[in-house]
Amino acid sequence: MGDPSPGNTILGVETSCDETAIAVVERASVVRSSVVSSQVKQHAEFGGVVPEIAGRAHVRELVPVLAEALATAGIDNAIGPDGVDAVAATTGPGLVGSLLVGVSAAKALSLVWGVPFVSVNHLEAHLYASFLEEPDLELPLVVLLVSGGHTMLVLMEGHGRYRLLGSTLDDAAGEAYDKVARYLGLGYPGGPAIDALAVDGDPTAFDYPRALVQENPDTLPDDRRYAFSFSGLKTAVVNHVRNEPDAPTADVAASFQAAVVDALVTKARWAVEATGAVGACLGGGVAANSLLRDRFAGMCSEAGVRPFVPSRAMCTDNAAMVAAAGWWRLQSDGPSPLDVGADPNLALPLIN
Amino acid sequence: MIGHPSTEQPGIRSFATTSAAGTQAVATALAGLVRAGDLLVLCGDLGAGKTAFTQGFGRALGVTAPITSPTFTLANRYQGEELTVHHLDVYRLAHIDEVRDLGLHELVDDRSVTVIEWGDAIAGALPGGYLEVRLALGDGPDDRLVGLRTVGAEWSDREVALLALEPAAVDENLDGTDAPC
Repeated sequence: MGDPSPGNTILGVETSCDETAIAVVERASVVRSSVVSSQVKQHAEFGGVVPEIAGRAHVRELVPVLAEALATAGIDNAIGPDGVDAVAATTGPGLVGSLLVGVSAAKALSLVWGVPFVSVNHLEAHLYASFLEEPDLELPLVVLLVSGGHTMLVLMEGHGRYRLLGSTLDDAAGEAYDKVARYLGLGYPGGPAIDALAVDGDPTAFDYPRALVQENPDTLPDDRRYAFSFSGLKTAVVNHVRNEPDAPTADVAASFQAAVVDALVTKARWAVEATGAVGACLGGGVAANSLLRDRFAGMCSEAGVRPFVPSRAMCTDNAAMVAAAGWWRLQSDGPSPLDVGADPNLALPLIN
Repeated sequence: MIGHPSTEQPGIRSFATTSAAGTQAVATALAGLVRAGDLLVLCGDLGAGKTAFTQGFGRALGVTAPITSPTFTLANRYQGEELTVHHLDVYRLAHIDEVRDLGLHELVDDRSVTVIEWGDAIAGALPGGYLEVRLALGDGPDDRLVGLRTVGAEWSDREVALLALEPAAVDENLDGTDAPC
């Protein structure tokens, strides 16, 4: 691990979606502060994140969140010897109007404080969330990353070395949750609403489709084996409720959730078995789902690999994971040039 | 068209399909008529198959990258053989101001074709004429009614071609990505 060379105190900035977050993390392992201001309530009436509202809220929240993050970390003077050594910000993927707020702020801080700026990929940051809470995780590691914008299985072979095993062909899992919840009139965000209602429902009440899931993974073509598809499931729920309006909503929610989690956990198990990974972990906002957390941990035990399920706060968007990923990027690649811009479609850097 | 809600103005053409692949065959046939600068507006309820339609449409234009839902990022861009395909989703936009932020006028140029999901909600803010593709759920789980309607001069000279449109027959067993296994 790099000693003090590029500096070990990283300020992370995350504004890719609807959370304004800033954190101070030491050596990618000690979280000195992690402040998250969520806009969930402001978006609830629209059933999803509204870009302009998000952008404006980031502008409003950023300075108070920064002040709180520095104060909690005990940093009075950012440019002093016990100050900040580098500023890391999520540059993508995400909503461009939201990303720009954090990226611009981080570059300004980097210039004013005279410290390096580090560009961080939001997806890579999610991969590092687990390492932040469990620095002893061993590689190779299968990571199931599930959020409102992404659903993917990644094999992490080393730090900065990722192989994409598969991703969604249509809707992200969290998007399917949001859309089904909206259709059922459960409000936004859909994940917690369906998760809560599903507790009272029968997950076997309705047999919704598990797309691309079969008894034997070898019967699927290579490019579909670890792929996901949730669009057909969403449509099946809509069709079902349209034809059977009296179906108990709790049963619909529980059966929908069972189908999503079945597909996610089955494919994660296949990945663990096929890659020889020594561990598996969860990441992304949907990893806060209670059924997914239980089933994922159970699957790992059965497969004989070490599971790691991060705390809920570390699954959802936060800046501590950005600071952690930024520290690793600083060790491997050094600072990023200040002309690196926000990229809404930024892809995870892969080896293949 | 008994049992299906009528739109404000009558469409020029409609197709009854029985699978995602059938809907995508309509998209493939339509792709043969598009020109640079075209705008397609997709409308229809949740799960009607707007993204599935775009997948077939993009593939027919030579897009090889996987086309996924644009709901989260609002705008995705794919390179086809000759044209760039912009795939937008305005489902979550609350105000016309936000539609302006998407920069539609800049996207619609002489090298690209733009597909907007839920675009009927922002019809007044669109930069020109367009082809409306209305997807309606049918009786069976995979049945869809695909209605076409031209709005403005950009598409009116292609109405004859639209009337003559012949989607290829599809093998129901080789379905699109939406097919539940």
